[in-house]
Amino acid sequence: MPATGFVLERIKQGEALKKAFEINRAEITDIIKDSGLKGRGGAGFPTGLKMYLCGAAADTIKYVICNADEGEPGTFKDRVILETIPEKVFEGMAITAYVIGAKEGIVYLRGEYEYLKAGLENTLDGMRKNNLLGKKILGSNFDFDIRISLGAGAYVCGEETALIESLEGKRGEAKNKPPFPVSSGLFCHPTLVSNVETFCNIPHIVTRGAQWFKNMGSEKSTGTKLISVSGDVKKPGVYEISFGMKVKDLLKLAEAENTKAVDIGGASGIVIPESQFDREISFEDIPTGGSVIVFDKTRKMVDIMENFMEFFLDESCGQCTPCREGTRYFVDAVEKIKDGKITEREIKNLRDISSCMKLTSKCGLGQSSTNAFISILDNFKEELLS
Amino acid sequence: MDIHINGKKCKAVQGETILEVAGKNGIRIPTLCYHSDLCLAGNCRICVVDVDGARTLQTACTAMASNGMKIWTNTPRVIKARKMNIQLLLGSHFGECYTCPRNNNCELLKLAEEYGIEELPFPKKGKRTRELEITPSLTRDPDKCIMCGRCVRTCEELQGVHAVKPVGRSNDVHIDTFFGQGLMHTSCTMCGQCINRCPTGALYETSCVQPVWDALADPDKYVVVQTAPAVRAALGEEFGMEPGTRVTGQMVAGLRKLGFNKVFDTQFTADLTIMEEGTEFITRLKRTLVDKEKGLLPMTTSCSPGWIKYIEHFYPDLLTHVSTCKSPQQMFGPLAKTYFAEKEGINPSKMITVSIMPCVAKKYEAERPEMNASGYKDVDYVLTTRELAKMMKMAGLDLKDMPIEEYDNPFGISTGAAVIFGATGGVMEAALRTVYEIVTGREVPFKNLEITPVRGMEDVKEAGITIEGVKEEYKFLEGAKVKVAVAHSLSAAKKVMDKVRSGEAEYHFIEIMACPGGCLGGGGQPVPTSPEIRKARARAIYQEDEAMTIRKSHENPAIKKLYEDFLEKPNSHKAHELLHTHYLKRKRFDKVK
Repeated sequence: MPATGFVLERIKQGEALKKAFEINRAEITDIIKDSGLKGRGGAGFPTGLKMYLCGAAADTIKYVICNADEGEPGTFKDRVILETIPEKVFEGMAITAYVIGAKEGIVYLRGEYEYLKAGLENTLDGMRKNNLLGKKILGSNFDFDIRISLGAGAYVCGEETALIESLEGKRGEAKNKPPFPVSSGLFCHPTLVSNVETFCNIPHIVTRGAQWFKNMGSEKSTGTKLISVSGDVKKPGVYEISFGMKVKDLLKLAEAENTKAVDIGGASGIVIPESQFDREISFEDIPTGGSVIVFDKTRKMVDIMENFMEFFLDESCGQCTPCREGTRYFVDAVEKIKDGKITEREIKNLRDISSCMKLTSKCGLGQSSTNAFISILDNFKEELLS
Repeated sequence: MDIHINGKKCKAVQGETILEVAGKNGIRIPTLCYHSDLCLAGNCRICVVDVDGARTLQTACTAMASNGMKIWTNTPRVIKARKMNIQLLLGSHFGECYTCPRNNNCELLKLAEEYGIEELPFPKKGKRTRELEITPSLTRDPDKCIMCGRCVRTCEELQGVHAVKPVGRSNDVHIDTFFGQGLMHTSCTMCGQCINRCPTGALYETSCVQPVWDALADPDKYVVVQTAPAVRAALGEEFGMEPGTRVTGQMVAGLRKLGFNKVFDTQFTADLTIMEEGTEFITRLKRTLVDKEKGLLPMTTSCSPGWIKYIEHFYPDLLTHVSTCKSPQQMFGPLAKTYFAEKEGINPSKMITVSIMPCVAKKYEAERPEMNASGYKDVDYVLTTRELAKMMKMAGLDLKDMPIEEYDNPFGISTGAAVIFGATGGVMEAALRTVYEIVTGREVPFKNLEITPVRGMEDVKEAGITIEGVKEEYKFLEGAKVKVAVAHSLSAAKKVMDKVRSGEAEYHFIEIMACPGGCLGGGGQPVPTSPEIRKARARAIYQEDEAMTIRKSHENPAIKKLYEDFLEKPNSHKAHELLHTHYLKRKRFDKVK
């Protein structure tokens, strides 16, 4: 299914960068801030603010990191971007680096995407030849280059501080925040980490302006979002939607039939029943890093639960108590649900563990790993506990 | 700046954590992975607090105070979350408390009590999943580990050894060695600092209590015991006394009650070490200054077996710098089984030598194959301060009720120079007191013999002493400025040894102790440990020195007699046979099988 919109559109290389050189750094930050662009990885931190904070940090060494560790089950939109228009990601990184004063960029590429590496290196070489990377880019005084670093398969390394640890050659574990990477990131230098799709938006906003961007989407969720649709649909693929699109409209686009449940946000997201298909995909309602998985009426909810909980039992880094110790009880609970042996009291205890994990886990992984379990439990109680 | 904790206005400085500010204001927040000696981890999630404006709870140990911050340390959701995290830890914590070496001193158990844990949300893990690892010094019980990471941080930051790391993910995560080969196949120095910082019973000394009981009960065995200097400054803590309480005489009485045939003092061989090492130092100075030999200076001390194993692994190229003197423990063993046995007419094969050490590396040291100069195993069993307390408790003895008794002769006579071996800088101070006097015939020029520049808890201390007015035979030293350095903890040792390796260091003599604070902070000492506790123990050590009538090793009459009767003179052939040793070049880890 071909995408509609602008994110996957090819652009004239270097145009946005040239424009950026014409305006001053603070102005670019203001434009991005004004556009309302938020991180496309799922957490939705305002990109302009991130640029401002990292730009304001006093250090002669800074880094721009593109988070291409697309590990959320059900997302593949970053892969499509990197396969089709990597040069736009790199240009977005270069503009960001110019704004914050970084000379080095790193793409942290998901281990499973190793096959993309050669192509990406080719693109980088081409850009170097065209003076879009390297020394004195486009005749300016700005030097910047990008290297690619491969992940090794840990889901948690998509979390920015774990990603940085991994880049430093350490065990991939989330760090305490603050300090945030914008003030102390890679090798303790200010570091701006953003998602592949976020960088893709930047050249467009620089050339077309904040207002153009704000005309799309909803009030707090400006612009568009790439959504990876998979599961029981006739037309799986990457869709670019305006923020605020209703779930049911997305299902229509993908030609889903007999839909029973939709998972939005992958393993760390929530699973909603038909009665909630009127809800919107946006930061105001249901945010997502891009994963939408559709289940039709032939699917058993307990199997979905099991799949997601086993995923987290594998992927918790094991560093902090709630996430390390809590997850296994949910895997055990799935077995009990299957056998029809779970008790009310056990369900209450699971909810207590879940809220403890949400409140006290060190990073987003543990804070969200019971989302799917709890939302399935809430939304499909009759099926599960009958 | 001001912050509010539970509605109370508190002053805070930039860079202070919530935990620190709360502590200063008398507001207690429970912790578990936090340790005052180590960097912050924020793993256990016990110290969580509510901060206005924050979606999730924040860990007080890692969150920095910021102006106007409003913190609540005991909201219902805070209490509930802490309780749940304690329950989750208990849920996978193997074993029963009554079989645990830490059953009276466990931070997890204490938290469980504080938070009124009556039951767990789900049944506890019942089966052992990982085997015990037993080395001559330490035992690791991975099933009791709660993944606080204190041991890893101790090994990395404090000691710079990096022997253990977290391995695996999720609930399979565990602390392990390089490729799971075990501590004996890595650069583990056996210092046992990890034991002192483990909140549970996952790390403890490999016990020698039973074989010592067996020896004491055996009418055929003559059992002598030696006690290291630092033990007397800490043993009281095991009996509820304040850190820094001196219990020398009570300990001697207790040991006698346990049935040891002779109660001797390692301080006797500490004085002997000074004679041997001081003489060796002067010889090395001469060979360097007069004969222009290389690789002899700086000379480093060799008392600390953790340090010895560290240099064998990490600086094997610099082993010629290490004094050939055995540690006082290992000088004691062969002397007991030769000199003393002969003197008393005891068959050395029937003699058992036990030592009470603040150290677990001493257990490993006693097992080194070269430690049999007497023709027998020189030191049979090594007990830690903690194990001695355990034995006394098993025998129904309370240190508080013990009378004050004296050590036995002849190995019970010692000096103030020997007692300070227990604190960082002490060996250096003792050596300088003697070497200076041997060379010049005058006392070392410090008030009351207190060489203050080498005292204190700074990780690396430096001092210089100009030698003037030397005796005729030491003319080569006239006007020489002897530069010394003192380092405690292996990360501090690294700082000094890197300079030695690069040639940047101009030192002549370096004292290195593997443990922070020196032996008083050893891996066999009472748990817990903290900078304050170590300072209190150091005070006790220096008070003990001040209280001694003889304060210089070369004035110890029993040492003089030992040389007259048996050893002839320092560094004599016989002394070399019994009291000196050699070292082994080791790799960082064994080849992966």
